[in-house]
Amino acid sequence: MESLSGLVHMGGYGGYVWPAYGISIAVLLAVLAASIMAARRSEAELDLLQRSRREKRGGQTEIPE
Amino acid sequence: MHRFANPARFLRLAKVILPYSSGTAVLSLCLGLWFALAASPADYQQGDSVRIMYVHVPAAWMGMFCYVAMAAFSAMALIWKHPLADLLAKATAPVGAAFTFLCLVTGSLWGKPMWGTWWAWDARLTSMLILLFLYLGYMALIDAFDDPERGHKAAAILALVGAVNVPVIKWSVDWWNTLHQPASVVKMGGPAIDSSMLIPLLLMALGFKAYWVSILILRGRAEIAAQKIRVIRMAQIHAASRGE
Repeated sequence: MESLSGLVHMGGYGGYVWPAYGISIAVLLAVLAASIMAARRSEAELDLLQRSRREKRGGQTEIPE
Repeated sequence: MHRFANPARFLRLAKVILPYSSGTAVLSLCLGLWFALAASPADYQQGDSVRIMYVHVPAAWMGMFCYVAMAAFSAMALIWKHPLADLLAKATAPVGAAFTFLCLVTGSLWGKPMWGTWWAWDARLTSMLILLFLYLGYMALIDAFDDPERGHKAAAILALVGAVNVPVIKWSVDWWNTLHQPASVVKMGGPAIDSSMLIPLLLMALGFKAYWVSILILRGRAEIAAQKIRVIRMAQIHAASRGE
């Protein structure tokens, strides 16, 4: 692959190669983003719940892991 | 094995592994993309369309690998009642579904210029489509019950029954006369492709594996937190019903 236009053109197969890579990157990034958000959301909610329980009970009850 | 099935231990281990797994994923995927799109040669017959192979084939491997992992975790959950096994099976499903979907889409984009068709109902393509449906069925079933334990059990049974499809995919190209070509990398007598094409293929495969580990950790963390939230909420309901 010598030039940028050659890279884009892909010997006439650019219309197949680039969508294949584009869709792959988009799907993998979407799954990654959803996973990061799921972890953040659950852990933040748990943190809030545990803190409110501690405050209510004077820090005595800890949920065993 | 039970030592590793402890959620607290998993969280500690996950914290150590995550930077390495995500670093490996980014590094090998960047390198793999460079080789796949620029530094590797075009095929003498297929021209540059062969570059689709570097996502298609590793995605297909991952689609099957994730299913085997999901079925193994499900078996552990059913037989030994590991507290983590269900969560890891559930965490693997969307990754496997994504890779199976990508395998089908990139295969279609490769099939059009090479075979002259986007799709054919041959044994390899059809069994791969069934794999996608198995993932989707698993993901729908696991959340279909009010009692998460029943959902996990039903989905685990589906995962195990569906595992019969994996060897069918692998050997479909040998058992039936398919439009799809037979194996050229994972086969007896070693790979039949040149190292200039094997290197990007293996780099992408390594990157996808490391990606799976990272997602497994993130989704595992989310599931563990969600389970603790359920326990606390149940305790609150019990306390409220006792009038405390």
